[in-house]
Amino acid sequence: MDPLELTLCESAEALRAGTLSSAALVEAYRNRAEQLNPKIHAYLNIAGEDVIRAARDADESWSAFRRGGDAPGPLTGIPVAVKDVLCVKGYPCTCGSRILENFKPPYTATAVERLQSAGALILGKTNTDEFAMGSSTENSAFGMTHNPWDAERVPGGSSGGSAASIAARMAPIALGTDTGGSIRQPAAYCGVVGLKPSYGRVSRYGLIAFGSSLDCVGVLARTVEDAAFLMEIMAGYDPMDSTSMPEKTPAYRKTLSGEPDLRGIRIGIPKEYFSAGIQPDVDRLVREAIGVLGSLGAETKEISLPNTEFALPVYYIVAPAEASANLARYDGVRFGLRREGQTLRELYDGTRGAGFGPEVKRRIMLGTYALSAGYYDAYYGQAQKVRTLIKADFENAFRSVDIIASPVTPSTAFRAGEKVDNPLAMYMEDLLTLPASLAGVPGISLPCGRDSQGLPVGLQLSGPFLGEETLLRVSWSFQKVTRWHKEAPSP
Amino acid sequence: MSLTKEEVEHIASLAHLQLGEQELEKYRRQLTDILDYADRLRRVDTSAISPTTTVLPLRSVLRTDEIRESLARDDVLANAPERDRQMFRIPPVFE
Repeated sequence: MDPLELTLCESAEALRAGTLSSAALVEAYRNRAEQLNPKIHAYLNIAGEDVIRAARDADESWSAFRRGGDAPGPLTGIPVAVKDVLCVKGYPCTCGSRILENFKPPYTATAVERLQSAGALILGKTNTDEFAMGSSTENSAFGMTHNPWDAERVPGGSSGGSAASIAARMAPIALGTDTGGSIRQPAAYCGVVGLKPSYGRVSRYGLIAFGSSLDCVGVLARTVEDAAFLMEIMAGYDPMDSTSMPEKTPAYRKTLSGEPDLRGIRIGIPKEYFSAGIQPDVDRLVREAIGVLGSLGAETKEISLPNTEFALPVYYIVAPAEASANLARYDGVRFGLRREGQTLRELYDGTRGAGFGPEVKRRIMLGTYALSAGYYDAYYGQAQKVRTLIKADFENAFRSVDIIASPVTPSTAFRAGEKVDNPLAMYMEDLLTLPASLAGVPGISLPCGRDSQGLPVGLQLSGPFLGEETLLRVSWSFQKVTRWHKEAPSP
Repeated sequence: MSLTKEEVEHIASLAHLQLGEQELEKYRRQLTDILDYADRLRRVDTSAISPTTTVLPLRSVLRTDEIRESLARDDVLANAPERDRQMFRIPPVFE
């Protein structure tokens, strides 16, 4: 049995049964990660030998269990990759930025801590656009990640390292974060599953803040069931995050069994998401995928989300405004890079000028402008009001449908360097993922085919606020009758 | 609308970013483009619309004020670029 061929759920089952050892599983992934990282650069940091020792301890726990002892946590011995914007004690957390190059957080993010408490082992920290700002990972200060399907293309971003690690079999599962599409878009470009939960479903404690009203921690996985497995453990109220929802986390995997039957499910197809500018292959494959959902009994109908065209300008005012405030903390005093200066002001400005990369500076400038005296009402205030309209579009739509289906991105993975000098063209990448982010609703990207060049295409499904259960059920049903998620690029 | 060099310098100063001449000119052009694009928001009539500051259903979030362990001081200070005993060290603020 090749451990790299198993899904997360299959590995967990095999560890419990004793037909697979954690040492073999972790070693296989670690070797694979070490071997491919020079080419793919999915990881900024790969775990050392100590993770193998931890895996042997996990094997001990499982064998004690089989001798009649207590059951260890459900993830005992499972390796997990973590996007390098989530703090893990003992690991550097760089956010892909020079300004945090040597930062070692003194605590662990709640999302990660819950996985560790369930027995998971950290396999490494994955590459990201600097402070999660970007759609290609080209904004990482430590070099881009390459798309495993075509190394000359970007993996998407900002969770490009996590997405590439799943596609290239360098990790069985990975944590990502999504502020405007940063899980769903790289999942689509890399042909893996990417789940962005509802805002507030997973604690943000220990996630280094970008846009606090939008940031979500989620999962990149090989299958919907794997994503559901991790979500069950990771989601839920956290006293350390006042924006985490108190609702109990459903046992998501319970609904993922039996026959894939979507009778009674109403699926809306927003006409605004299929406008001109969609690559023909993407349009065709996504419509075919929606046809598959129909063949399972779902009722499909066209709907309208009339304020879709405003999502991009709203997002690129709101998120930079929040970012400019959140990133004010990097001042060279308490942690991170410092550039010495004669005065405190020189120290601040010099540190920030040297420590931040071009995209982060651009967004800090944009956000500062949108919040500055004389422009606040016209930009930030107006953007927040139009956000209300975008949110209302979704609320109206979910009165008549259960799920909204669309492409994740207008096209497939683009070539590295193609958009680095054109920020607006790069921002357009997020056109179809931004609305759900602004509305705070959950969304998932599912592999649904490959274009004429062999590049993966993603189907985006969105559900109502806290509606992950139905979203996962529909997604699981799709994967029961398709094989796209089983395809992997040749190394 | 086109941003002026002075406006860009003012924003950089508000944002505490030291930028070179080339950067200032690059951001002047790019921010002008992005703000031009964002100007389409003005077309939307929002006179009767309230702003969204959070997507969460409104609720008051309070917890009991209990004494509990916080991060260890040495762990936190370990990341300081420069420390002096139990303090962060910075250049003089007053003459």
